[in-house]
Amino acid sequence: MNITVNVNGTDHTADVEPRRLLVDFIRSTLKLTGTHIGCDTTSCGVCTVLLDGTPVKSCTVFAVQANGRSITTVEGLKQNGQLSPIQEAFKEHHGLQCGFCTPAMMLVGSALIEENPDPSDDDVRWAISGNLCRCTGYMNIVKSIQAAAAATREGASA
Amino acid sequence: MYPAKFDYLAPESLEETLSILAERGDEVKILAGGQSLIPMMKLRFARPSTLLDINRLPGLDKIESSNGHVTVGALVRHNDVVRSDVISSENALMASAAPWVADPIVRNLGTVCGSVAHHDPEGDWASVMLALGAEVVATSKEGTEHFHPGADGERITGGSRVIPIDRFLVDMFTTSLHPSEIITEIRVPRYERGGGNYQKLERKIGDYATVGVAAHLELDDQDKISKAGLALTSVASSNLKVTEAEQMLVGESPGEELFAEAAKVARDACEPASDVRGSAEYKRHVVEVYTRRALAEASQIAQGGES
Repeated sequence: MNITVNVNGTDHTADVEPRRLLVDFIRSTLKLTGTHIGCDTTSCGVCTVLLDGTPVKSCTVFAVQANGRSITTVEGLKQNGQLSPIQEAFKEHHGLQCGFCTPAMMLVGSALIEENPDPSDDDVRWAISGNLCRCTGYMNIVKSIQAAAAATREGASA
Repeated sequence: MYPAKFDYLAPESLEETLSILAERGDEVKILAGGQSLIPMMKLRFARPSTLLDINRLPGLDKIESSNGHVTVGALVRHNDVVRSDVISSENALMASAAPWVADPIVRNLGTVCGSVAHHDPEGDWASVMLALGAEVVATSKEGTEHFHPGADGERITGGSRVIPIDRFLVDMFTTSLHPSEIITEIRVPRYERGGGNYQKLERKIGDYATVGVAAHLELDDQDKISKAGLALTSVASSNLKVTEAEQMLVGESPGEELFAEAAKVARDACEPASDVRGSAEYKRHVVEVYTRRALAEASQIAQGGES
């Protein structure tokens, strides 16, 4: 089946089998390997991408379902060649250790900030509760997301 | 992990959807949120030869309050319930259960109607709907002709069957939905003075309930309980409506002793299995404690003490 999916602002057309998972379409067809595969059972959240701005687990969506829709992956976070506030914050606040869960954490964080510009500690923990960090680096992930929210607020008022 | 091959159809109208179901409903699985179905297909527990994606159908994503009901359309996601003003002002039990379904990312896709249609006894929504006395609206192309009007408490409206939830849920992973039918919405009765609460024990966010308790109470103008709903998750082969406890609550004044008695009935009614989430005895104990808490919370909300 022929599908056209807008990924990080660019339309991609490809012929895919209906059973092709979105995560494999992103990684193997589009060669965007920043989206990771962890548990493959809808549990760990490392394959999270934004589908029309909403976080979804791309191991539990078929690529054909994204036909005509927009996807944002970690590769799409960069703005005008610069790190986005969420990327900058993860770097500054040591929001990653091994880095495996990081793309998903940053996407979930950016979707949260979009919805709630000033999330509390609880808000952040609640929002990332579908994403596992097996380094258990949650303290700094929470700190990073809140720092990114603060930077985004300052950017908006500047 | 990859599912077995299937044909993929993504109709853009309900009419087209009903035609496909009428023609080949037997081989079709309906894909709404897919958050239970796709994992089952990947494990090849489910091998539908055709997947019917209803996500492009218009108008099914609404939560509305009208004609004595709150209606939840087939494409209403769990997180739509979390964010709904209609739900937060009109249905305390649904509002309290929604944030505990799966995890926040799964809640963005998974649907209320899909969860009820899936009827996993560890699913939260079926218990909530049992406690609320909800009705499932099943629509098909044949409409009324295909079925016997009025049979088994079913009502016929237009091309749809309106099925009481306790008749819809047959057994684990089994419902009375016909292959030619699709759930277009679930209707929950509105109430004047009522409250509800969902208590869920889970090992971690995203895990199935170790124990879940859904309670709903309505009060008359003498502050007596006029309607009671109580249903349990994960402690029987199906979501369990505790009719005996419901009956003993109706007509009484809400109070700690009454709720403790009802909780004992719930404890005795459930049939949990010992597994990785705990022993049967432990789960029974949690059922009792959580039933007491859920009823107390429901009663407080019903009496106007928002929590």
